[in-house]
Amino acid sequence: MKVIIDEDKCVGAGQCVLAAPDVFDQRDEDGIVVLLDALPPDALRSQVENAAALCPALAIEVVK
Amino acid sequence: MDHIVLVGASAAGLTAADALRLEGFTGTLTMVGDELRPPYDRPPLSKRVLTGDLEPHRTTLRQDVDLQRLRMDLKLGCRATHVDPVARIVTLDDGDRLDYDGLIIATGLRPRHLPFGRDLAGVHVLRTLDEALTLRVQLLAGPRVVVIGAGFLGSEIAATTRGLGLDVTLVDVESTPLARQLGTQVGGLVAELHEENGVRLCMGRGVTDLLGAGGRVTGVLLDDGTELPAEVVVVAIGSEPAVDWLADSGLPLGDGVLCDSTCRVAPGIYAAGDVANWPHPLTGERTRLEQRTNATRQALAAAGNLLAGPAGATPYAPVPFGWTDQFHAKIQFHGWCPGDARVAYVDGDPKAGRFVALYYAGDRVVGALGWNSARTLRAYHDRIAAPVAA
Ligand SMILES: Cc1cc2nc3c(=O)[nH]c(=O)nc-3n(C[C@H](O)[C@H](O)[C@H](O)COP(=O)(O)OP(=O)(O)OC[C@H]3O[C@@H](n4cnc5c(N)ncnc54)[C@H](O)[C@@H]3O)c2cc1C
Ligand code: SF4
Repeated sequence: MKVIIDEDKCVGAGQCVLAAPDVFDQRDEDGIVVLLDALPPDALRSQVENAAALCPALAIEVVK
Repeated sequence: MDHIVLVGASAAGLTAADALRLEGFTGTLTMVGDELRPPYDRPPLSKRVLTGDLEPHRTTLRQDVDLQRLRMDLKLGCRATHVDPVARIVTLDDGDRLDYDGLIIATGLRPRHLPFGRDLAGVHVLRTLDEALTLRVQLLAGPRVVVIGAGFLGSEIAATTRGLGLDVTLVDVESTPLARQLGTQVGGLVAELHEENGVRLCMGRGVTDLLGAGGRVTGVLLDDGTELPAEVVVVAIGSEPAVDWLADSGLPLGDGVLCDSTCRVAPGIYAAGDVANWPHPLTGERTRLEQRTNATRQALAAAGNLLAGPAGATPYAPVPFGWTDQFHAKIQFHGWCPGDARVAYVDGDPKAGRFVALYYAGDRVVGALGWNSARTLRAYHDRIAAPVAA
């Protein structure tokens, strides 16, 4: 599974970090998403898909 | 279950469609939306769409291929006009009648208008992308702007238009912007932010009339007799749940569509997003949230509960989350921020333009708000407990 983020769309809501803390973090100054792991293990799939679904800015794309 | 109908083609409706397919619903899916445009996202409309920094097409919620993957009949520019919950039929304005086994209501809100001046040119409301684009065109002419209503939408529009260099006045009957939403303590900081950036604030003032000449607005009359000259007036005095089409359906209506704690309105009927009013299991109070993340989360819950059936349904009990961007301040909040709560700054400092504030009910933390502190704020998320009904 590959994760792609669109920083320009991100509104810093942090929903992704709450859903998948091993994969996402946020920059301190503006809260913009930081991708910790672009190729997370399959065990995290449901967390990552949940993060993508919850992101209000649709800034997270999960490629199978 | 063979046929599910979704009414409202926006954040909540679309998420519900996603969730139904993800959870393995293989039957027929029909989505009805009265806007002509394919589903798009609203939060950017008062922010980067209005400034022109975000191209309109970038607000699109799903690319065409992703819409196609949902294998649904998407009826745009089409209004649902009636539901018969006994015969299980939704009627559309083109005369079509849809038999359904499951129905999800996600019709959101309609902006409220003032009882006067509505037809004057230069008077705007902002809910749709087309309204944002029309307003933007007007702003390019360099008008004096008066924004009526200093809730999230109004104060954000004032900040955005001021950011374009325009002469902007923000009017509200409350003593500070966002008073009802975040209390007057944080509201006072929002007032300072606006004043520092050159917005003229008229707080504690009501609007008694809109003035016009030759069919165009020329100003706003306040209850103390002040006349504020304006070529553009934005009315942001709140919204009403879009339930007019349900009036004769027999479904329970009040401030929105009244659901139970699992988002269920009646057998086979669920509601989600801005239009849904449900008893929040954590507070015991009827709740309706006008927040983007709630539209997503509630749609996931409603879709899941529709497929699970009443016996397998889970109550919907979210900790609310919202945000607003005003000038250089990114404000985010988890939980409940009641106006009468004691507010304590726990991290950073309002003077430094960066802090976390906790909202207390007695000794319980019921809400946490971050001001340019997105990352720090998250650490407080787990400390929030819902205010308990007295
Ligand atoms: C300008 C603006 C800025 C915002 N900024 C923020 C923000 O910064 N942060 C935040 O948390 N939230 C923000 N919000 C709120 C957020 O956009 C809403 O919570 C979200 O759009 C709700 O989604 P929804 O699908 O429930 O309703 P809506 O988005 O209102 O969608 C309902 C859809 O149903 C359609 N419809 C209504 N009646 C019918 C009918 N009878 N038949 C067919 N279709 C019908 C409507 O035309 C509409 O397309 C903002 C809203 C606006 C307008
Ligand atoms: S949830 Fe989306 S908008 Fe929020 S921080 Fe993550 S990527 Fe950004």
